[in-house]
Amino acid sequence: MPKPPKGPSRTLNDMCPGRRARIRRHLGRGAVRQRLMDLGLMPNVDVTLVRCAPLGDPIELKLEATSLTLRRHEARTIEIFDDE
Amino acid sequence: MMSDRKEILVALAGQQNAGKSTLFNVLTGARQHVANYPGVTVDKKYGQYSDDQGVVRTVDLPGTYSLTSFSLEERVARDFLLQECPDIVVDVVDGSNLRRSLHLTLQLLEMELPVVLALNMMDVAEGRGLHIDQAALAERLGLPVVRTVGRKGEGRAPLREAIRARASVTEPVRFPVSYGPLEPNIQALTSVIAAAPELTGLPSRWLAIKLLEDDAQAAKLIRERLEANQAEPLLKDAARLSAAFEQNQGLDVVDHMMRYRESTVARLLDGVLTGHEGGRPTLTDRIDRFILNRWAAPVFLVLTVFLIYQIAIVWGYELTTYTWPILAGMRELVAGVLPEAGFLVDPYTRAMGLWLVDSANTLLNYVPIFLILFALIAMLEDSGYMARIAFILDKVLHRFGMHGQSTLPLILGGVFAGGCAVPGVMATKGIPDDRARMATILTVPFMNCLAKIPLYTLLLGIFFVEDKSLMLFYISTMTIIFALLVSKLLTKTVLRGHETSPFVMELPAYHLPTVSSVLRRAFDRTWIYIKKVGTIVVAVAVVVFTLLQFPGIPAERMAGFEQRGVEAVTAFERAMAGNAYQRVVSAENIPPLINYYNDYRRAKLNASGASASRAIDGRFEQRNPEFFPLVSPPRGDTDARKASRTLRKLDSARKTLRREMREQRITNSALGMIGRSMEPATQFAGFDWKINVALLSSFAARESSVATLGVLFQQDEDQNATLEARMGAETKGAGATALLGVSMILFFALYPPCLATTVMIKVQTDSYKWMIFSIIFPTLLGLGVSSAVYSIGLATGASGVTMMSWTYFSALALLLILGLFGGRTKDQRRLGQPASEGMQA
Repeated sequence: MPKPPKGPSRTLNDMCPGRRARIRRHLGRGAVRQRLMDLGLMPNVDVTLVRCAPLGDPIELKLEATSLTLRRHEARTIEIFDDE
Repeated sequence: MMSDRKEILVALAGQQNAGKSTLFNVLTGARQHVANYPGVTVDKKYGQYSDDQGVVRTVDLPGTYSLTSFSLEERVARDFLLQECPDIVVDVVDGSNLRRSLHLTLQLLEMELPVVLALNMMDVAEGRGLHIDQAALAERLGLPVVRTVGRKGEGRAPLREAIRARASVTEPVRFPVSYGPLEPNIQALTSVIAAAPELTGLPSRWLAIKLLEDDAQAAKLIRERLEANQAEPLLKDAARLSAAFEQNQGLDVVDHMMRYRESTVARLLDGVLTGHEGGRPTLTDRIDRFILNRWAAPVFLVLTVFLIYQIAIVWGYELTTYTWPILAGMRELVAGVLPEAGFLVDPYTRAMGLWLVDSANTLLNYVPIFLILFALIAMLEDSGYMARIAFILDKVLHRFGMHGQSTLPLILGGVFAGGCAVPGVMATKGIPDDRARMATILTVPFMNCLAKIPLYTLLLGIFFVEDKSLMLFYISTMTIIFALLVSKLLTKTVLRGHETSPFVMELPAYHLPTVSSVLRRAFDRTWIYIKKVGTIVVAVAVVVFTLLQFPGIPAERMAGFEQRGVEAVTAFERAMAGNAYQRVVSAENIPPLINYYNDYRRAKLNASGASASRAIDGRFEQRNPEFFPLVSPPRGDTDARKASRTLRKLDSARKTLRREMREQRITNSALGMIGRSMEPATQFAGFDWKINVALLSSFAARESSVATLGVLFQQDEDQNATLEARMGAETKGAGATALLGVSMILFFALYPPCLATTVMIKVQTDSYKWMIFSIIFPTLLGLGVSSAVYSIGLATGASGVTMMSWTYFSALALLLILGLFGGRTKDQRRLGQPASEGMQA
């Protein structure tokens, strides 16, 4: 399996389908940040990247019981912890 | 116990996809209404039911994940809760997603609202092996908890009981969330707020929390209620407290509260929520693995669109051949009540009455199609596939300023061929991004609606007999190209300042739609269409009628028509001389006889089957036994046959006269003058005044463009050519070429929406400004494109098809360039900004 590129701060946008990660913090502010947190994307929550849309964007995430979709543009604002 | 009957107000709050609307239907039953919240386009659904203690009025608030002031829905829900002070708030939570749902519950409790918790979708939760200790949850939260399964109608009685029971006690709400180190700050602010008499009636702790969060609406509320010399120090205080906290703790106030709320939820659910789905893929997961597969997804999507088109448009259109006789019957009924037609001139009441009925019928004719369309959409929405369509197509549409959820409106508008912009514009309601929603509303009318088809067919028949299939391909695919380009243009210009939201959406689990919910929505939406559009269309029909009638035929021309009328009658009388039926056709009998003849022929045309036809014979024989042999000559009665032939000739002479008069009237009419006055502007596109009038009248309803052209290019007495042939002969005689056809097709493709659609645009945008824009912008755009193509074609001597190909491929090239290279300049600013206030000034 190809290793995802290790950068200084990885975000949800850097994940590969099927992988799991823990949310570290939000880089966005205001309405976007609030919306993402309301939907359960809170720090220390584990998420799985289920798939990308057929054209590569948006992406589908699974956390606990819900499936969420968001554009890569917003996915870039959520930092995750590096792989275990 | 209860002596007097009490009326109470209940509000249903809950997160999206928690089954709130379904539970609302279960709770209230059939009696419900939809209105708008004042000043915004958010639906307010309300209804009521009665229990043994009186009437319970219920309001279905918009679904919200939280109660901040960032989104329109949340502001609407919050304002309602604050201002209307409902007696009970039913918080509908998704039992299978309790952890997330309880965040909203905690916020409702913070607002000191009397909450009843409806644990909905418990069948799904239990199916996943989750167990919820209802009694313990109720105990910990300090509020009644009721188990419901909205989709199966379970839990109505206990929920109604719990509402009534909670309403009859006045116990203060407990505050379950303690914010740890932030508490001193909250309490300091709370006491200031509680001490201000102007702020009584507002939940003071909640207000304090919101002020610490720097919530824009809360600050506005303070400024409204308090004098400036009181409000500003209070707001400054809040800002200071929140800044001090952030400095001490190194953490944003909002994040801190979120964290504490989350741990409160975890504590609440500890031991209450047991059982865990052990990573086993759900049915939804397994379906999605196939349906959202990279290769299968597009195939499945195209199949779905095709099915909608086939069932609603094709089969629905066939259905209208069965429903049309009902509308025709209604017209007959009205025609029977109105004053009789004259020989040459009809009384105004009759002409206008029939005009109104015809206008209404044009719209009502689409009702079967709409019913099917709306039912299919409701099924797509309820099943959960709609959200997946948005997921699949968002990238393309977003590139051009629209949104994944713009797909449905575009399909309804008629992406390829056959749709209607009215339901298309109606369906934009669900798009959460305001700018994308506006872009969609303004581009849906560019789709190929059903009523554009007749004109395309007419023009193809006249100018493009050989290249028909190529032209059809161009017409059916160019609309989406134009729509995407226009959307991009509008997004970059007039819509630039509009609020945008991120595409963050839940993919709900698949559900089987229920029949009652689908039917209810199909009928509700169709009724909205009839009510909102019908009334205005009838009103404007009156205006158009007047513009077409006045000032009328000049006196000297009228004298000429009357003279010819007299001649026709004289010829008829001469031919009838010596006929056995001469006695029947005395001068005063002629107008009634002509009407009788036409009524009979119309009735026979509408009749289906031999028995119905015989019944009509019987009815007309009874109505006037003397006239009957003239319209239906008995076998072997030569005189009757001869008289019947003569009568037909008189009728045809009368029809010719009336047609000529109609043309004269239109030529002379106010609308005709407008059409002529537009010639200087439209000549570059090759349009003469007749085409202008047809295009103007098509604004009332697209169908009428062909009808008006039919009147303007009318035939002489003996000629029986089709409209194609007549219009072709006349325009080609005047030097017109296929270039004119291309010019007209392009203009019609970009032409402003019909009246019904503009009404719906007004409803959906809540703004006359945008309604007027939706008329003027496409007119200028259409005229610009048509004029450019026509003039270039004339100058270069290129044929119509060549010019069409050039136009098509230029647009396609532009689209590809924008699509491939235009997406990298996204406004990054948006990220860090709270959404701007209000969508339009």
